[in-house]
Amino acid sequence: MRYVIIGTGVAGISAVEAIRSVDRSGEVIMLGDDPHGYYSRPGLAYVLTGELQDKALFPKTREDYSRLNFIYRRARVAGIDRVNKCIQLDDKSLLSYDKLLIATGASAIPLTMPGANLQGVLKLDHLEDARGILKHAKRGRTAIVVGGGITALELTEGLLARGVHVHYLLRGNRYWSNVLDEQESRIIEGRLQAEGVELHFGSEIQEILGKSGRVAGVRLVNGRTMKCNMVAYAVGIKPRLDLAHTANLVVDRGILVSEFLQTNDPDIFAAGDVAQVYDPLTGRTVLDSLWTPARQQGYAAGLNMAGQSTRYVKTVPFNVTRLAGLTTTIIGAVGSGRDEDIIGIARGDSETWRQLPDAIVVQSGFDVNRIRLLLGEHHLIGAVVMGDQKLSILLQRIFSEKIDISSIHEKLLYKDVKIADVVVDFWSKHLASA
Amino acid sequence: MSILNVFKNNASRQTSASAGYVVPEPNRCVQCGICNYNCPINIDVRAHAWRGEPVKHSECLTCGECVARCPRGVLRFERTDLFTEEV
Repeated sequence: MRYVIIGTGVAGISAVEAIRSVDRSGEVIMLGDDPHGYYSRPGLAYVLTGELQDKALFPKTREDYSRLNFIYRRARVAGIDRVNKCIQLDDKSLLSYDKLLIATGASAIPLTMPGANLQGVLKLDHLEDARGILKHAKRGRTAIVVGGGITALELTEGLLARGVHVHYLLRGNRYWSNVLDEQESRIIEGRLQAEGVELHFGSEIQEILGKSGRVAGVRLVNGRTMKCNMVAYAVGIKPRLDLAHTANLVVDRGILVSEFLQTNDPDIFAAGDVAQVYDPLTGRTVLDSLWTPARQQGYAAGLNMAGQSTRYVKTVPFNVTRLAGLTTTIIGAVGSGRDEDIIGIARGDSETWRQLPDAIVVQSGFDVNRIRLLLGEHHLIGAVVMGDQKLSILLQRIFSEKIDISSIHEKLLYKDVKIADVVVDFWSKHLASA
Repeated sequence: MSILNVFKNNASRQTSASAGYVVPEPNRCVQCGICNYNCPINIDVRAHAWRGEPVKHSECLTCGECVARCPRGVLRFERTDLFTEEV
């Protein structure tokens, strides 16, 4: 039996672990075009801020890899021949497979305006991108950041930490408007401004201006020009679907998979950012760009490739992130609509977060510690916890275990309610009665 | 920091050192490695978080560096009954 995994991210490594948990003898080959193999992509943000050296991003030791007993080949896959069950590599060689996993992830949607190819136009997809940003930050004094979601702030904070003066341009009138509410956006914006970031709302780049092939400034749609040495962007990501397209797999926004992570070809599976999976919460198929679902999908796909029958049940989409230095947990459906600064989905993002049904919103706290709950009739639909995180694990459990919260529904609607107290009290009673 | 707080901090540290260990919440972890990077005695805290296992490591000082530095709130101290249990 030969298992081939295309992609070296967490979905891929998790699939290897799953295969090895049930099949010690089959041949496992992992292929990837990232020169660094498996590492923590979310950790790149902390390399930018200087909290971490990039060599610390690699979670697995040599011993881990030899225990998993798989072959890693740095290679770009050019195509999949489903009839003969083999893949073509860039060097024209062929590699046969019995079971194949596509875990190619997603990549940043590039800027398309004139000047987008100049040196100093930067994204944050890979470790090499992070190194490139640090190199440019040594020389550059001023950067313009465009885009939205978590990555745009990671770029902003990273550059700021390196002593670069940052202008953050937003097309819309507030930050991450389809996930955060207005007060949450303003908290983040205020903290960025306090750190020296200049925010420009309703601003869009028309052209990136260059000098000797390097970024020298930007011209905005409103005609204004601004000088800068770097333009860093995070306008959304796109699943890497080229292989799926050429192999005629069924594709929508991502590769459509069954609850067993199987594509329309029973020997080909997909997992991670590239897969579009069924969401029991909304009844739709959705894209996530989150570490934990990618890990869970990779594991389930690996077990299924090895002949098990493991259903992937999408768990509550949640992410813990730091926005302008403020730890923030986002659980369930918390927003709706579209954000002018992101095309489709961003890194660290879930489409489910924007599928907010009718819900009552309650919120408490102010300044840095803030909780927003989205209440259905009996259950919690979503939550945003900013700052103090004591409540976030508890809310996550209330949400994922679908615990009936009708008994505190009315209390949560009181004026000036202290949500934390009500929830903690509810939880201790719930535990006592369990 | 007032002198009282210094005593308080030391007291809580000793309590945790004698009766607690670091526990991860794996679903929050993205394996960035800040915990390992800041561990003064090079415990592979991240691997514990991957496996969802508490850091029951004989050399762990329970200094709290990993708990404090984790940017995603993955780690927390949990008390153990080892020294406090009544026999």
